[in-house]
Amino acid sequence: MQFALLIYESPDAFASRKSDGSDAYTGAWRAYHKALVESDVFVGGDPLEVPETGTTIKIKDGKRGVQDGPYADTKEQLGGFTIIEVPSVDAALEWAARCPAASYGAVEVRPLAPQTRRRIVE
Amino acid sequence: MSGGDGEKVQRTIERVARESYGRLVAYLSVHTQDLAGAEDALSEALLKALTVWPRDGVPQNPEAWLLTTARNSLIDFFRHQRVVSDSEPNLLLFTQNSGEDPLETNYPDERLKLLFVCAHPAIDPAMHTPLMLQTVLGLDAVRIAGAYLVSPKTMGQRLVRAKTKIRDGGIRFEVPEREQLPPRLDAVLEAIYAAFGIGWDHMAGADQHGHDLAEEALWLARVLLEQIPDEAEVQGLLALMLHCEARRAVRRDRDGHYVPLSEQDPNLWSLPLIEEAEGHLADASKSGNLGRFQLEAAIQSVHAERARGRRVEWRAIVQFYRQLIRISPTIGRQTGYAAALAEANGAGEGLAVLDAIDHDAVSAYQPYWAVRAHLLQLLGKGPEAQHAYDRAIGLAEDPAVREFLLERRAQ
Repeated sequence: MQFALLIYESPDAFASRKSDGSDAYTGAWRAYHKALVESDVFVGGDPLEVPETGTTIKIKDGKRGVQDGPYADTKEQLGGFTIIEVPSVDAALEWAARCPAASYGAVEVRPLAPQTRRRIVE
Repeated sequence: MSGGDGEKVQRTIERVARESYGRLVAYLSVHTQDLAGAEDALSEALLKALTVWPRDGVPQNPEAWLLTTARNSLIDFFRHQRVVSDSEPNLLLFTQNSGEDPLETNYPDERLKLLFVCAHPAIDPAMHTPLMLQTVLGLDAVRIAGAYLVSPKTMGQRLVRAKTKIRDGGIRFEVPEREQLPPRLDAVLEAIYAAFGIGWDHMAGADQHGHDLAEEALWLARVLLEQIPDEAEVQGLLALMLHCEARRAVRRDRDGHYVPLSEQDPNLWSLPLIEEAEGHLADASKSGNLGRFQLEAAIQSVHAERARGRRVEWRAIVQFYRQLIRISPTIGRQTGYAAALAEANGAGEGLAVLDAIDHDAVSAYQPYWAVRAHLLQLLGKGPEAQHAYDRAIGLAEDPAVREFLLERRAQ
């Protein structure tokens, strides 16, 4: 089964992206990524640029609305995603618990929806 | 009535529920053979207390009040279902006792039977501990789910399924006969130890209800020892948990940094707990019946020698691990053996033990990688050590452990 780990990060965690990579959070991420790859569960995924770089579009009554920044106005923001292939949701939750973001922000585990995808793509 | 009184009543209800939950559930379910029904009846009684007690005052014996109320609602239920028959003597006894009788103030402690039901061989072993946490300790499914890293909904469903199986599967609420006792007792001990481990690893500190799983597990082991005083492994388990408990506060320094066992200041360990552990271990050894928990407690006892200013006798620990591996060669024990052997005979011998473990089995087992990294570093194999550290860091869940390993990696 494939699951998306949706990574929600705090402002501090986003700030660490400007560091030279020697901070604990970035180091933990580097190791976590290696563990995912070497355990053969990593399918794909990437970090996102910081939330301020986002632009949100909404069309209401035919009128375009554009908003600076991310859609949801919350303290923790979506900072990236990782897709993993594991036998069960239990295993997915274990990997989520190991994710460095789980200790400082939150990690949401969501199954991918292959059925829905098939309906759309075909 | 003032708000202050309401809060006081609320606190009384919480306290009674906490102290008596397991005893009440055990007593009610032993007589109805229906665990879920007993829990529902007790929840109802607790809810009723919330409205009645603030109005009429807290009864003289709150526990007896809850018992009577829950029992009456169960009797009503059974009458309604017309299931009371001569073939159910327990239930008859139960209903016959419904008048004013001394049972109310001095009802028997049936928790031991409840423990054996929770760890019954017909129940999925993965559910033994969750069932105990809920029925004996009164923890809710949400909290149990958090400890087990499953969704609260899933944990709730699994608990309901297990209780249905207890009711419909003819699982008796009884203490096993002498000849069946050792294997059945093992399952109970395993479940209590698992509760302790969860409290130890994943529930730092107590929650708002004052539950601290590690303490609750210790308490369960004491209940068990009280009722089965002559089983060495019960004492072994209690000794093991007491040794760990003696060091709990010292696992982190003041700034929250992880402190490994070998670097802990033994003067900060709790000597009374260590001495209590040693007492149980000594009692257990008189039986000549050496089991898994006594061996693990013995390993902790060797470490505890440091509290008396003595060195750790690693050769003794190596021997205890060998005995444990003979019982069952789990990857945890092999990893512990490797670490001990490295201390006793050098890192090379430890690493050889690690190399011999099936690679697939340890792919996501964090302690293996942490020990491996440490031994490789000792042997001066830099790049391999870095790689193993990365795995150990990537598999760690605790930020304090991650930071500790990141620092070690950089050395």
